[in-house]
Amino acid sequence: MSGPGEPKIRIRGLHKAFGEKEVLRGVDLDVGAGESVVVIGGSGTGKSVTVKCALGIVEPDSGSILIDGAESVGLKGAAREAVNARMGMLFQGGALFDSLPVWENVAFGLVAAGQRTRRDAKPVALETLAQVGLGPEVGGLMPAELSGGMQKRVALARAIAARPDIIFFDEPTTGLDPIMADVINDLIVECVRELGATALSITHDMASARKIADRIAMLHDGRIVWSGPVSEIDESGNDFVDQFINGRATGPIRMAVRR
Amino acid sequence: MNPLAAIGRAFLALLEAIGRLVLFALSAVTHIVRPPFYPRVLLRQMVDIGYYSLPVVALTTLFSGMVLALQSHTGFARFSAEGAVAGVVSLAITRELAPVLAGLMVAGRVGASMAAELGTMRVTEQIDALSTLSTDPMKYLVAPRILAGFAMLPLLVLVGDVIGIFGGYIVGIYKLDFAPAVYIDQTWRFVEVQDVVSGLVKAAVFGFLVSLMGCYHGYRSEGGAQGVGRAATNAVVSSAILILVFNYIITELFFAK
Repeated sequence: MSGPGEPKIRIRGLHKAFGEKEVLRGVDLDVGAGESVVVIGGSGTGKSVTVKCALGIVEPDSGSILIDGAESVGLKGAAREAVNARMGMLFQGGALFDSLPVWENVAFGLVAAGQRTRRDAKPVALETLAQVGLGPEVGGLMPAELSGGMQKRVALARAIAARPDIIFFDEPTTGLDPIMADVINDLIVECVRELGATALSITHDMASARKIADRIAMLHDGRIVWSGPVSEIDESGNDFVDQFINGRATGPIRMAVRR
Repeated sequence: MNPLAAIGRAFLALLEAIGRLVLFALSAVTHIVRPPFYPRVLLRQMVDIGYYSLPVVALTTLFSGMVLALQSHTGFARFSAEGAVAGVVSLAITRELAPVLAGLMVAGRVGASMAAELGTMRVTEQIDALSTLSTDPMKYLVAPRILAGFAMLPLLVLVGDVIGIFGGYIVGIYKLDFAPAVYIDQTWRFVEVQDVVSGLVKAAVFGFLVSLMGCYHGYRSEGGAQGVGRAATNAVVSSAILILVFNYIITELFFAK
């Protein structure tokens, strides 16, 4: 566990380049225990890469990511699995396993981590589905049979099923209509509060950011250019933030055409 | 541009690709022998590769045996050696045709499907999702597929041997007027254990290669739908080439004097 005053997640000097393209140029970010931080920023600014570095999916070129004070960069095998077992992740497209029914998707992490046998995991999966507003009949369906909104709910259920103490949300409302987006935002707030989890979300949907964040950080050009409480976002005094939250085409942010 | 530099660059790229493939194969093999194991996934793959490939392998070997009997009969008739038809069919089927044709058919059916499935999982972040759920994708996705390919292709080839020889028998009896007892006797006299064993060894190697190439290209797929399509094509083409190359190497090991 994090010590007193020590953030749950501490990211320092994170760098990552893909070939010539330098995506992260020294990201510094703290997320306190039980806090919900939302990273905003345009497409291709490195939001997803930052989260993937925290999960060990992408290996940073340099920098440090401390989880509860312990270095997680460079962890492999069982050590990485042990860290990831305490984390949940809601992927942008859901990333549900096509070949498994919904309940097995939700139960997957519980069985993989050895917390439950497959048989014991089913009631837990159905209970978690109920938590996100889905009935037990959905458990037997295949992901392809679900609407986009339902897939997002199932993905959320999968992310919280193992009761993680850190949850990452990657563009949780992308591709959803405004009403369903609001439903997902409410569910995220509710689930995070109920679990007492630390949440790090990335989005470019300002309505979503305002709803789920305690604190917002703006990522631009591979660096955090502003960070502050959600209540201060409209008076940030930062040109990048002002342009982004007001959705203006003119300003210091120039949108890259290529990834 | 300096032509020597271009050749050197291409050669280095080839070495890099071989190195990547070998490391991938070694990693997959070490995951096969280290727990945790996923018997349900393995069983599903064995059924998919073994059971569902049976019709295509059966039809291929049946017609190959039939054609071989016809062709060898017309060829051998030129020097009055029609009696060798049964022996030639059984040797060709067990040593060469059943393993190579089954390997190529499975490469088309299973290798492409593996590459497409894993490629889609890669581009839809399902492989990343596995990592976040305390599951090593190499262990969960790749190891069972390679083990299933390695184990099931010899069984398919064994069935293909019987069906291919039966195809030759049908043509021999009903078209070429062989006496059934003579045809069967000729078959038994020609075929030795080593012929069948060499075919099964080839099948195991081909099964390994087909699954390996399907998984390798799918796992490393990138660039959306186009990337998935490219992965499936590369899986089939590279499997087919490797099957033919390794067919020669194994034949050399077994039969070269």
